[in-house]
Amino acid sequence: MAKITYVEHNGTNHTVDVQNGLTVMEGAVQNNIPGIDADCGGSMACATCHVYVKEDWFDKINKKNEGEDDMLDQAYEPKKNSRLSCQIIVSDDLDGLVVDMPEKQT
Amino acid sequence: MIKTDALIIGAGPTGLFTAHQLKLIGLDCEVVDNLDKIGGQCIELYPDKPIYDIPAVPECTGEELTNNLINQLKPFDIKFHLSERVDEVKKDGDKWTVKTNKGTSFTTPNVIIAGGVGSFEPRKFSVEGHEKFENKSILYSIRDKNIFKGKTVSIFGGGDSALDWAVELSNNCNVNLIHRRDEFRGAQATVDKVHELAKSKKINLFTKFQLKKLNGSNEIESIEIEDDDKRIVNIKTDYVLGFFGLIMQLGPIANWGLNIDKKTVEVDTEKFETNQKGIYAVGDICNYPGKLKLILSGFHEGALAARACFKLARPNEKYRFEFTTSSKAIKNRLGVKSD
Repeated sequence: MAKITYVEHNGTNHTVDVQNGLTVMEGAVQNNIPGIDADCGGSMACATCHVYVKEDWFDKINKKNEGEDDMLDQAYEPKKNSRLSCQIIVSDDLDGLVVDMPEKQT
Repeated sequence: MIKTDALIIGAGPTGLFTAHQLKLIGLDCEVVDNLDKIGGQCIELYPDKPIYDIPAVPECTGEELTNNLINQLKPFDIKFHLSERVDEVKKDGDKWTVKTNKGTSFTTPNVIIAGGVGSFEPRKFSVEGHEKFENKSILYSIRDKNIFKGKTVSIFGGGDSALDWAVELSNNCNVNLIHRRDEFRGAQATVDKVHELAKSKKINLFTKFQLKKLNGSNEIESIEIEDDDKRIVNIKTDYVLGFFGLIMQLGPIANWGLNIDKKTVEVDTEKFETNQKGIYAVGDICNYPGKLKLILSGFHEGALAARACFKLARPNEKYRFEFTTSSKAIKNRLGVKSD
């Protein structure tokens, strides 16, 4: 279990407990947190669960999967610290993770 | 004005099987899709990805599933209107008038929305003021490459479309290719070609750069691009092309007076009818208690919506449930011999 904080573009914070094994995307969708669309349902086939991972966390979470950057090319305003939240697997180590959401996904 | 018993919006797996069900029970139908090919998300997002939960099909890719569904429609004559987006659905007596962005119009008692997460549209630039240049000096697709002859064209993106056009246009234009990282996702041969052309200065390559600012009054005069270290480069350019892939937008569906919640349309589970009589929603775009976004659910929903269409398309006939294994009428429609 990890406490994950999702920050909307307007600054609104949502902190929720997410079970180990789920993805950061699923944590948002299951808790009705706005800002993550996840149109493809987590198959890394779109870029609508795009988040920015705070610098100090970026190196701690699992590395990008092959093809993830290809999808991020198609995201809304990708940055250096962009990730697809469907590719970040939650574990105890992620307790306290903060992700910022872009202004919009599409 | 095209007359049809049912109009299907969306040529993904659900739309295709719904067409099959309509034809099987003796109704005619036409299909509209904004993509230039049949298959929806299966063909656009994951043609090569294996799917494991289609009943009786242990494993198939999005492309194989699409091809099988198209094959299943072979006995029937179904008109597809591709590269067209339905913009307007209006009530006209007991029928619906449907218009596309290309001007095609339909009159039908039944509209079945099988639109997935909406229609595929190109991802656009997000920098300030991009709207006023769009379709003039900012383009997301190319209809006539001759307009670029002798001009400076700045292409953004790292996939096949961006690379193919960079190579093609480098023949007679001044081409800048700008991408947010130094890896490209296009075909290796094209990537090699781009690097070769960059070496011989036929293409000006800017990697790890993104668009920052557009300058110009009516037409673009120059752009500013910025790299990861906030270094800014100013480029004089006549055209800016963006190839960032396609995104799905609910689009005009939102304006048809339907109950919409979180980009999905509320339906009942008997007919998969929306709050508007004669408009149905099936597949990923519909929403009801217990809804599963699975292809198999879309098939079920389409089968039931098709039966509901019968009542409105043939008000004076009674729908009779029949099996494909035994019904003479169905076998006739399929063009197979009865025993």
